[in-house]
Amino acid sequence: MAETAHNVASAAHGGEAASGGMPQLDFSTFPNQIFWLVVTLVVVYLILSRVALPRVASVLADRQGAIAKDIAAAEELKARAAQAEEAYNKALADARAQAQDIIAQTRSEIAAELADATAKADAQIAAKAKESEVRIGEIRAGAVKNIEAVAKDATAEIVTALGGGKPDAKALKAAIAERMKG
Amino acid sequence: MASDVTNSDQNKPSNLGKPIAFVLLAIAAVLFVLGLLDDYEGGLAIHPMDQFVISPLFGDTLNWYTPTNSTLWMALCVIAIVALMVMGTRGRAVVPSRGQSVAELIYGFVRKMVEDVAGKDALPFFPYIFALFMFILLSNLLGLIPMSFTTTSHIAVTAILAAAVFLTVTLVGFVKNGAGFLSLFWVSSAPLALRPILAIIELISYFVRPVSHSIRLAGNLMAGHAVLKVFAGFAGAMGAAAFAPILGIVAIYGLEVLVSVIQAYVFTILTCVYLKDALHPHH
Repeated sequence: MAETAHNVASAAHGGEAASGGMPQLDFSTFPNQIFWLVVTLVVVYLILSRVALPRVASVLADRQGAIAKDIAAAEELKARAAQAEEAYNKALADARAQAQDIIAQTRSEIAAELADATAKADAQIAAKAKESEVRIGEIRAGAVKNIEAVAKDATAEIVTALGGGKPDAKALKAAIAERMKG
Repeated sequence: MASDVTNSDQNKPSNLGKPIAFVLLAIAAVLFVLGLLDDYEGGLAIHPMDQFVISPLFGDTLNWYTPTNSTLWMALCVIAIVALMVMGTRGRAVVPSRGQSVAELIYGFVRKMVEDVAGKDALPFFPYIFALFMFILLSNLLGLIPMSFTTTSHIAVTAILAAAVFLTVTLVGFVKNGAGFLSLFWVSSAPLALRPILAIIELISYFVRPVSHSIRLAGNLMAGHAVLKVFAGFAGAMGAAAFAPILGIVAIYGLEVLVSVIQAYVFTILTCVYLKDALHPHH
């Protein structure tokens, strides 16, 4: 390879001398270069415009689409999370209100029961008091009758002892009744 | 978790990137020197232009259809373009591989350049401009491989590229605007007395465009490669002191990589500017 390159290089020196030493100005190579350049450019253009560029463009478009889709999905999930939070808060508030209701209801029930029981107890106490009064009255009446009897006996005895004779039962009774009133 | 693993995997080679690049540059420099020593016949015999000689691959006769070293490197350029733009994007992945990333990066870069410089109505010409860019870029870069041949260092090649752009732009200008395309040369914002003079200047500059367009590219690449060869020739003649020119070669080689990319960019962006003039000729 190096050998041939060397040979060609020294062979080309002759042609160079004619064109001022610059291979660039050796016009005999121009048709060859131009032909192969045109072939190369056409091939490069076809490969790029038919295969490579549409592929890259579609990949970039796909990526844009994927990013947009992901952002939209994230947006939707965020909205759903907010919705769920709202529902949770609403449920919490509902539960709280319900608990308040239950508390108020229970309180009023207990109050009503309490009032009922108080009233019943009052009635019982009143009945008992009345009964007791009646009995006290009876006892008192009994006691008064006993006192009358004792007073009659004692007065009769005293009158007898004082020598007044046997007192008249009717007068005695009237006199005692008279005294007992006062 | 999975992405962490791949990230740390990708970091390792990038840390090694700099030493590897230096080693490659050093190998390139040594190969340049060896390539020159092959020609070395004693004395300071430097032939910096020999690398541009076009020779048939088979036999000695050069016809218009003969495959030459230039043909070989054009074919390698096509293969490189196919490898990068077709094989590299074969996965069509939403999360791209490295090759696909590079292809997408170049695609986005050129497309943005066409849109920004020439406007949205220039997008039908995007594949054409992209093909020019890829051919020039990869020819320039392949030409930096030691012992290779730089097709874009030949004025015949760049003149055809520039002439194709010139013809396309002129045709598009007349097809889209009719005679209105001539208003490109009639500077309506200038004083009336100056306009004919300006028209002549504009006309001359219009026809000089393909000349500067082609010579800029070929000239830059030819000069860079010739300088590398001259330094390599010094290295071959200096014996043990050759380390100095070899250092110079390494530095110039780095510069040449930059020039290769920049010249492809310049050629493409000028094409876009000319296309913009053709689509919107009014100043």
